[in-house]
Amino acid sequence: MIKINLDTDAPLLREQKAGTSLLLSGTIYSARDTAHKRIQNLLNEGKSLPITLKDKVIYYMGPTPTKPGKAVGSCGPTSSYRMDVFLEMTLQNGVAATIGKGTRDSNVTKLAEQYQAPYLLAIGGAGAYLAQCVTSSKIVAFEDLGAEAVRELTIKDFPVIVGIDKNGESAFF
Amino acid sequence: MREIEASQITSAVKQLFIKASYHLPEDVKNALLKAIQNETTNAAKQVLEILLKNAQIAAQNDFPLCQDTGMAFVFVELGQDVHICGGLLEDAVNAGVEQAYDEGFLRKSVVEDPLRRKNTGNNLPAVIFTEIVAGDKIKLTVMPKGFGAENQSRLKMMIPATTPDEIVDFIANEVIASGSKGCPPAVIGVGIGGSFDTVAHMAKKALLLPIDGHNEDPFYADMEKKILEKINNSGIGPMGVGGRTTVLSVRILAAPTHIAGLPLAYNYCCHSTRHADIEL
Repeated sequence: MIKINLDTDAPLLREQKAGTSLLLSGTIYSARDTAHKRIQNLLNEGKSLPITLKDKVIYYMGPTPTKPGKAVGSCGPTSSYRMDVFLEMTLQNGVAATIGKGTRDSNVTKLAEQYQAPYLLAIGGAGAYLAQCVTSSKIVAFEDLGAEAVRELTIKDFPVIVGIDKNGESAFF
Repeated sequence: MREIEASQITSAVKQLFIKASYHLPEDVKNALLKAIQNETTNAAKQVLEILLKNAQIAAQNDFPLCQDTGMAFVFVELGQDVHICGGLLEDAVNAGVEQAYDEGFLRKSVVEDPLRRKNTGNNLPAVIFTEIVAGDKIKLTVMPKGFGAENQSRLKMMIPATTPDEIVDFIANEVIASGSKGCPPAVIGVGIGGSFDTVAHMAKKALLLPIDGHNEDPFYADMEKKILEKINNSGIGPMGVGGRTTVLSVRILAAPTHIAGLPLAYNYCCHSTRHADIEL
């Protein structure tokens, strides 16, 4: 199992091959359907974004409410294919990698190569397990969206498998 | 006539949703354990082991198994000798759902309009199915159903000439085409017969059956087995990373239908076929 600290060794992430199991630590940002749509609308209107996307790792996820004393609620990945229509927009703005679950449109492979941005798989249905790999969480944009707000998450040894690598190779059977 | 207070229904519905959201059913745990033995690759084993560990962590910490705590489905079997006092059945059920999602720290995932998509903020309304049955009891069964899996469900009006093998092929090929979008390993509930609307309901009800059981009719038990084998031979595996476990179980419910029709539906559910029931 390869360990990567996203805050200090981010470029290492790009070099990992499809099918490799990784344990990620550092900072990632959650965003799902509605947050992506809002980001797209802001960009279309030429307005500035509430967070910069450059070099960020985006996690397709909307947690359950945080219980007292916990860092975050249940926080497994949502299905990535719904965000395929927004992927190029986020990559154009510098997103380094995306994390989600499930197969995606064939276009995603091309984009992974073009932008050298891997797609990583978190384990769907393991929301309670993954919550233990999150040490802090705070909302940084679109607070009104509740579960769909953008959160900055600090993760520790968060397990992922490289789904599509920068060469367009896929871990999917 | 037996009297049951609406508040009892509210309290039961609340407890059932919290229980179903925190505790993986035993039959699913057993199926996962069995599946780990069957897998040969490290990636597939790792995914299944994490899913079992997830169930353990959720139960020990009173924590939701999954972040998608679903739309709230409630099946009510209402004995015709019961009189519900102190409120309406629908209100009592909805109040229980609201309390569960609030006090149980469950995610509110319902939007009030399919196109304008404003969150209702309390996970209401619940989807309630009421059936009048004999007796003086109420059986409540709840199912928090996540939509990553729900989205991979299908309905098709087949023609009466369709053979059992063609039905097996249709379901297996469509589930295989879904790949890992619906969070495999999955449980597939199948409805055959009835009408356009009831066949989908049967498919959902089939998800409430024990996943280690089989249809009582050997004809349908054989179809369940064939669908399961065909899907698992695809090699998609847990989370799509390759393996022998793409579905844990396939259950069929069949019903009378029209001479001109053969409705077919399946409801896709993730490994966590969350449900809980109680009799009042």
